[in-house]
Amino acid sequence: MSGRMRRGWRLGLPPLLRQLAGDPLGLGPAARSPRSQELRARTETADRVVQSICPYCAVGCGQKVYVKHEQVIQIEGDPDSPISRGRLCPKGAASKGLVNSPLRQTKVKYRRPHGTAWEELDLETAMDMIADRVVRTRAETWRETDEDGRPLNRTLGLAWLGGATLDTEENYLIKKLFTAAGAVSIENQARI
Amino acid sequence: MGSNMAEQHPVGFQWVVEAKERGAQVIHVDPRYTRTSAIADRHVALRPGTDIAFLGGIINHILSTGSEFREYVQHFTNAPVILKEEFRDTEQLDGLFSGWQADDGLYKVESWGYRGTEGELTAGKSEQSGDVSGDQAHGAHGMKLPHGEPPEVDIELEHPMCVFQVLKRHFARYTPEEVERICGVPAQRLTAVAQALCDNSGPDRTAAICYAVGWTQHTTGVQTIRAASIIQLLLGNIGRPGGGILALRGHANIQGSTDIPTLYDILPGYIPMPHPESGDDLDRFVDDNGPDTGAWGGLDTYMTSLLKAWFGDAATEDNHFGFGWIPKIDGDHSHYAALTRMIDGRCKGFFAVGQNPVVGSANARMVRKALRSLEWLVVRDLTEVETATFWRSDAPEIEDGELRTEDIATEVFFLPAAAHTEKAGSFTNTQRLLQWRHKALEPPADCRSESWFMYHLGRRIRERLADSPLERDRPLRALTWDYPTEGPQDEPDPEAVLQEINGRHADGSFVAKYQDLKADGSTTCGSWIHAGIYADGVNQAARRKPHTEQNWIAPQWGWAWPSNRRILYNRASAKPDGTPWSERKKYVWWDADARQWTSLGDDPDFVGDRPPDYEPPEDAKGMDAIRGHTPFIVHPDGLGWLFAPSGLVDGPLPTHYEPHESPAANPLYATGVNPTRQLLDDETNPFHRSDGEAGAEAFPFVLTTYRLTEHHTAGGMSRTVAYLSELQPEPFVEVSPELAQLRGLEHAGWATIVTARSAIEARVMVTDRITPLTVDGRVVHQVGLPYHWGPNGLVKGDAANELLAQVLDLNTHISEYKSATCDVRPGRRPRGPARLALVEEYRRRGHVVRESRHDSRGGAEDG
Repeated sequence: MSGRMRRGWRLGLPPLLRQLAGDPLGLGPAARSPRSQELRARTETADRVVQSICPYCAVGCGQKVYVKHEQVIQIEGDPDSPISRGRLCPKGAASKGLVNSPLRQTKVKYRRPHGTAWEELDLETAMDMIADRVVRTRAETWRETDEDGRPLNRTLGLAWLGGATLDTEENYLIKKLFTAAGAVSIENQARI
Repeated sequence: MGSNMAEQHPVGFQWVVEAKERGAQVIHVDPRYTRTSAIADRHVALRPGTDIAFLGGIINHILSTGSEFREYVQHFTNAPVILKEEFRDTEQLDGLFSGWQADDGLYKVESWGYRGTEGELTAGKSEQSGDVSGDQAHGAHGMKLPHGEPPEVDIELEHPMCVFQVLKRHFARYTPEEVERICGVPAQRLTAVAQALCDNSGPDRTAAICYAVGWTQHTTGVQTIRAASIIQLLLGNIGRPGGGILALRGHANIQGSTDIPTLYDILPGYIPMPHPESGDDLDRFVDDNGPDTGAWGGLDTYMTSLLKAWFGDAATEDNHFGFGWIPKIDGDHSHYAALTRMIDGRCKGFFAVGQNPVVGSANARMVRKALRSLEWLVVRDLTEVETATFWRSDAPEIEDGELRTEDIATEVFFLPAAAHTEKAGSFTNTQRLLQWRHKALEPPADCRSESWFMYHLGRRIRERLADSPLERDRPLRALTWDYPTEGPQDEPDPEAVLQEINGRHADGSFVAKYQDLKADGSTTCGSWIHAGIYADGVNQAARRKPHTEQNWIAPQWGWAWPSNRRILYNRASAKPDGTPWSERKKYVWWDADARQWTSLGDDPDFVGDRPPDYEPPEDAKGMDAIRGHTPFIVHPDGLGWLFAPSGLVDGPLPTHYEPHESPAANPLYATGVNPTRQLLDDETNPFHRSDGEAGAEAFPFVLTTYRLTEHHTAGGMSRTVAYLSELQPEPFVEVSPELAQLRGLEHAGWATIVTARSAIEARVMVTDRITPLTVDGRVVHQVGLPYHWGPNGLVKGDAANELLAQVLDLNTHISEYKSATCDVRPGRRPRGPARLALVEEYRRRGHVVRESRHDSRGGAEDG
């Protein structure tokens, strides 16, 4: 029996029997049209596929990120993962919408003291200004020793919150730099 | 318990469903009926904040029916250890343990120790002004014990002061009837749950307990988890396949950011941050913080290798490897303490990075007040989260006319961040598994990774201080900060960072395991628990062998710390003599012929060639002091602690205390609420009266908060996504038909929820999912509020955290989000000044109080 004939034979059956006969969705020809026959998943034409991990909760589901023309065109579950076996929850399945969100900001913004609106600021300038402020605040609030003369070598004058949504390596750099700078109020979502 | 796994960790829940299909019994104990309850064999609704009473009832059932796993308890736990004569229990002191110091609201912990030990009771003992339980005690890793053995034991578990008998007496009062009175759970339902656990534990069977922030976000959070560990140790369910206590964590790398911490009180690998007593003396630090037996006996090698990784050639034996450069902590410097310091004007600069405290942290008004008090604020995120826009006209205080944008002096920088697809790096999932993400594409425009931000910020700070003669700038100048960069944006290579975390030998080769680290400065290691993640020069976290091509343990997918170990303490899966407890639950066992521990494919969590009958010599230290039959190698005695002689500030055993704001009195003790709870004092943070006090009737209902499948905590990653916003477009409040009738609430209409902190509005959902409970003969109504919205995003609404107070568990400084009290009224909330007027009226009627406990304002008079 040719492939064409076999397909025809299956499509002619009622839905339940079609399912039993190897058409798992049981939709038969009703769902087919010349247009739908020609449809291809956009994942098939991606320039590359990259293995990733879902950015939401801590289950750690595997993701496959499909990129075309330097845009994320789809994110799917990774069937190889022993944790998720290809599945994603509503958030994970929507994570293309996260990286391509219409609310995503791509430019630095600056609000001066008492300002009523954002202003534009160059990234390099912003980095210089932030570095200046860290150096200044640290100097102003530095504490060498406690009342008993024991060493503290620290500042409580600047604080940090964030890490649970960042990478392990990023957390390492945050803790390393700020500890060397004597800043101890370095915290993240684990405290929440 | 304390988790709605089907909705919050849906893909993880597939394994629960699969276990159920294979015959496992699933029990859900939670205030609300959820999709988890729908799949469970049994749902038990209990009053929020009473989990310890319920778990205590299970412990009492196990002990009073003799259902404990006897051999496991005798040999693997501290049940036989005899405690000090002077120890007194809450049952003797009406809710307090011995050692209570009313003056400072803390315990002296001396009497909680093992009999025959003296003085050096807790790690960090000198750091707590002698032996007082302070808020740093949780960095403790246990006491010093000669050759790792408790001095006095009764292996028959009969001595009246042995842990087993103390435990029995402590929990004897948690009868099914008493539990019913406290939790609102009918007595027979508790017994049925307890019996199901007992029936499914033992040599042939194991039971697991899963929890989430439903347990941690209480003033008794840590002790709730302790209660679960007591159950699991008594039933022999730790270190065995299918057992355990599984924390279901909520952020992709919340585990990684705890292991390599952005937390104030620890260094990478749970090494405590030093206290002033240690001075510049590394040996003193090690002596104060490391029990010298068990895995923490290697603290000198872990700490020295960390200092060498950070300070390189500048770290020498002569300068204690730069130990003095590590800043010292001497109080609570946590997130909430930092907020109070901002309000006081002593904390001037703040970074909020991938986190949105204006919606996520307790008491939004207090958070915004703190932000208004800053000199400068840096927010890094994908979108404009509320923390970046607290100064705009849609912030509640400004909308209500309390103040104007122009009055706010804070300078704000918003820097756009790179998404998870736009950078490479690892997330550590909730089971300690590190999985590497490959970079899919470059981030757009000004978007950058945090690696980029930190590296280039550090570079700039170091440039500014390069010629500084000041001693305080030495560590920044000495810091190893020369990561190779790549690509058009000079992105530091995250793999180079991972290599530093792994560590190297003096010849540059990679360290293969933490046991290879040295205290003489010849090894580097950024996090000792991660040693081996780059073994053989391979990024082990990036391994992706499909699960279909390996066994169910899947050891070649990612890498779990330590040593790619998938089940911790897995030596407990074999009997004391090293043979498996049963064929069915075989996992790790002693191969007598090869004289090696072997397993189904996991890394045995033990000294590989240590025979089960090994007894350490008198002078044994470190892992040499771990006896051949004791699986819990991070404890100095190798035992699982039913009774915790050190490490906790609020007692060696869990006991039922009411939430800080409660509609019920504690029927057990005069000390009804956790006496060590932490209360932060501010005019924005008043507290309600509890049952029995005048004014309690103003806030008659229990308020609990929770999350939804379609949203992610503070909403920054979900209210900005179109599909998710469409699926859950606005806040709602869940009430029972009875409460709806009582307060005249209409399904799909509006309700206003009021506490002394604020008033918010939400759509009403009248549902049987949330049910009134009968507590001590009275009906207690519950109000459920999901937690995701704010003024920004594709969908907007009032934020639940406007209502909550900053009242914390002193062990963790985590706030009580899960049980407060409130009132509910029909209709939308008042606009403008009328909102505050309504809240003021409630404050008066409720006789609300401001109170300060352990509110150190983050340490001495710094700044």
